[in-house]
Amino acid sequence: MLHRYDTVIVGAGLAGMRAAVEAQAGGSCCVLTKVFPTRSHSGAAQGGIAAALGNEDEDDWTLHMFDTVKGSDYLGDQDAIEILVRAAPDAIIGLEHMGTPFSRTPAGRIAQREFGGHTRKRACYAADLTGHVILHTLYEQCLRHAVRFFPEFMVLALAIEEGACAGVVALDIATGELHTFRARAVILATGGYGRAFRISSNAHANTGDGLSVAARAGLPLEDMEFVQYHPTGLFPSGILVTEGARGEGGHILNGAGERLMERYAPKMMELAPRDVTSRAIQSEINEGRGIGGGAFVHLDIRHLGAEKIMKRLPQILDLALRFAGVDALREPIPIQPTAHYSMGGIPTDNDGRVRRDAAGAVVPGLYACGECACVSVHGANRLGCNSLLEAVVFGERAGRAACADLPRLGWAAFPPAAEAGVRGDLAALADGQGREPFARIRDDLQEGMQRNCGIFRSEGPLREQLDIIRRLKERFAAARLTDRGRRFNTELVEMIELRSLLDFSEIVVAGALARTESRGAHYRTDYPRRNDADWLRHSLAWTGPEGPVFDHVPVRITRYEPKERKY
Amino acid sequence: MTESLGKYTFRIFRYDPERSARPRRDTFEMEVSRGMTVLDCLQAIKAEQDGTLTFRRSCRSAICGSCAMNINGKNDLACHLQVALLRGRRIAVEPLPGYPVIRDLVVCMDEFYDSLMRVLPWFVRKTGFPDRELPQSPADRDRIDNAVNCILCGSCTSSCPSFWYNNRSIGPGALLKAFRFIFDSRDEARGERLALVDGRDGVWRCRTVYNCEEACPKGLRPNEAIAALKIAALKETV
Ligand SMILES: Cc1cc2nc3c(=O)[nH]c(=O)nc-3n(C[C@H](O)[C@H](O)[C@H](O)COP(=O)(O)OP(=O)(O)OC[C@H]3O[C@@H](n4cnc5c(N)ncnc54)[C@H](O)[C@@H]3O)c2cc1C
Ligand code: FES
Repeated sequence: MLHRYDTVIVGAGLAGMRAAVEAQAGGSCCVLTKVFPTRSHSGAAQGGIAAALGNEDEDDWTLHMFDTVKGSDYLGDQDAIEILVRAAPDAIIGLEHMGTPFSRTPAGRIAQREFGGHTRKRACYAADLTGHVILHTLYEQCLRHAVRFFPEFMVLALAIEEGACAGVVALDIATGELHTFRARAVILATGGYGRAFRISSNAHANTGDGLSVAARAGLPLEDMEFVQYHPTGLFPSGILVTEGARGEGGHILNGAGERLMERYAPKMMELAPRDVTSRAIQSEINEGRGIGGGAFVHLDIRHLGAEKIMKRLPQILDLALRFAGVDALREPIPIQPTAHYSMGGIPTDNDGRVRRDAAGAVVPGLYACGECACVSVHGANRLGCNSLLEAVVFGERAGRAACADLPRLGWAAFPPAAEAGVRGDLAALADGQGREPFARIRDDLQEGMQRNCGIFRSEGPLREQLDIIRRLKERFAAARLTDRGRRFNTELVEMIELRSLLDFSEIVVAGALARTESRGAHYRTDYPRRNDADWLRHSLAWTGPEGPVFDHVPVRITRYEPKERKY
Repeated sequence: MTESLGKYTFRIFRYDPERSARPRRDTFEMEVSRGMTVLDCLQAIKAEQDGTLTFRRSCRSAICGSCAMNINGKNDLACHLQVALLRGRRIAVEPLPGYPVIRDLVVCMDEFYDSLMRVLPWFVRKTGFPDRELPQSPADRDRIDNAVNCILCGSCTSSCPSFWYNNRSIGPGALLKAFRFIFDSRDEARGERLALVDGRDGVWRCRTVYNCEEACPKGLRPNEAIAALKIAALKETV
């Protein structure tokens, strides 16, 4: 089936729906999303969204900017960060005017709390359900603006003809039919991709499909080696316990009952940035100082008192009880670091236009925003609460840029073979001759990434992981699809998702191997120092027949020269 | 943490109209360990025993609302239900009642989503905006706390006899959404919305069976919201 829209948005999280509200004003527009809009993973964001509103502490955008630059270990592009933080207060007020039910101060203002790496109370929140309330509010706004949704449509390929984006090919999951969407502008907003790791805070749907379709269309991915591990995932599932728990005053304790951060970040303690805190916890665990020598430590919030916990952290109370069997009012919560956020992604300029090379040339008609994109505002390590902000600010900018560009964007010729190509791919997926169920391949990938490409990395294990991934790709080619139905074939969906995971995981590992330094979330035990002389630059990686091929882009520094990072 | 709880039997509703017009129930046995949720078990069955078993899931942390289904007779989220807490070793898993089944445990929720459209499901402000946020006291914000936490899983409306009987009924899920705006001190379409829910298909269709209260996996109380809406409708609409 063929559809035609001026703008096609892929993804209905904060980024995609914010873009839709904008794009709707400038022409026909639709949103394709593989899960129903309100089921997007933005809804799982708990802690908050950052903006220097100054409602609880004196604050201004320059402080927010410095914290973000420092948090990024100086790899963030400072012009982009400046755009982000200066737009933040208006973006939050804009969300409030759409009806977002933020928590309030006694004076009736939007409440703000502390968050790791931020030196002021800057995180605007709604209890510990911040992403949820914003996601639902944006969905309501899309309904109000009569945005056309195609829910449970999974995009399988980008159509690029003569260098310009002409649309996408998508699978209607409910019927199994392929649909072709011709468009003048396509905005990718497919979100995070933490499912490559065994212990992850991410939803099952966070498989990096957007990255995979971009890479398969011959486009580069940027800074993929930077994966953020959140310090406080529930043990054993990896489900998130918000940093807000520490923002409100929670303590992290090792097996000896000591506040372990004293040893690693004596000034900021539990509120040090995530890379520092996760390494601290993992070191304690590796050195046998976990609880009872085990693979977890404790997050203790008991001293905050029942009233505060029930008011500000109700979801945590529920999650701890249901997933760890722990009553957080009376017992400490068992936690471990969990793969959480991906700083890298599809390279874009400051208006979401996708860059195709190190010189910054863009792909006409293609945009990306939110977690799947790399602007880069987070550099080597994202500060908490800056990614919801990024999704909203750059979602809006990408939507607006697409509208503004429409007059210049024609209807690029649609490659006639695009849909047939996807059909062929699907047939090949279904026809593996082997006997191995593909779920085992996914388990092996997640286990290997966890072991060999985690918080502490070094050459040997990274090389091993590259080998593992190459072998997994061979096994994948032979794996078998048992479900031959067309209607709501979730096995097929999972198999395509696994293909995405394999595609970008190889780039994550190759990038980590290439980057012979430690910076932000990327830590090499064999290169434990940051090396600005060689590595103050972004990586761009293309998928080649022999594995990933790299190029580099300088970091844009406007205000703050790199310094050593201390907390 | 991997202490085994022994063998469990899952009796699961199956329906695939491509293969047969008639639904059936399949039983699967599996070894369950402590900490496993019903969703973990469904995923293990799909990965190891039957790749065609079909259900929705995403966040696996009780916030996205994808995995609502009927488990041992109660609507709930498969992802937050520990198997260890269920009574007995036979677990019956059915799709949410009241919605057409697409395949196995996946239902078509269009009727539920459409019901939202009947209560003007977005924030309305007529008198304009200040430069800053609209002020709201913590107490006013607290009044809608319950309702803003709704994850649109559809469990409540699925359990409502008035909705089964007549799907023109707005149903508890959408009424909770109406409450969310009508009792939001910042919203300015209270009158219009009250008129929308005041009709025969709105709050008065509710026969106070309270199934929705029991069905809500998030512990929200659509029934209380409906009661508040009834009082407001009586007082404020003519
Ligand atoms: C547990 C958790 C807590 C977090 N807490 C915070 C926080 O407190 N503050 C903060 O700032 N950040 C937080 N983050 C990070 C933040 O939530 C995400 O970075 C952000 O929400 C991403 O938004 P997005 O719109 O880019 O993607 P998402 O919300 O993930 O949306 C992605 C969309 O893409 C669609 N999609 C994906 N693939 C396809 C495909 N092939 N075809 C069609 N559609 C597709 C999906 O259906 C979905 O609609 C948290 C992250 C996690 C995991
Ligand atoms: S999987 Fe999201 S609510 Fe259960």
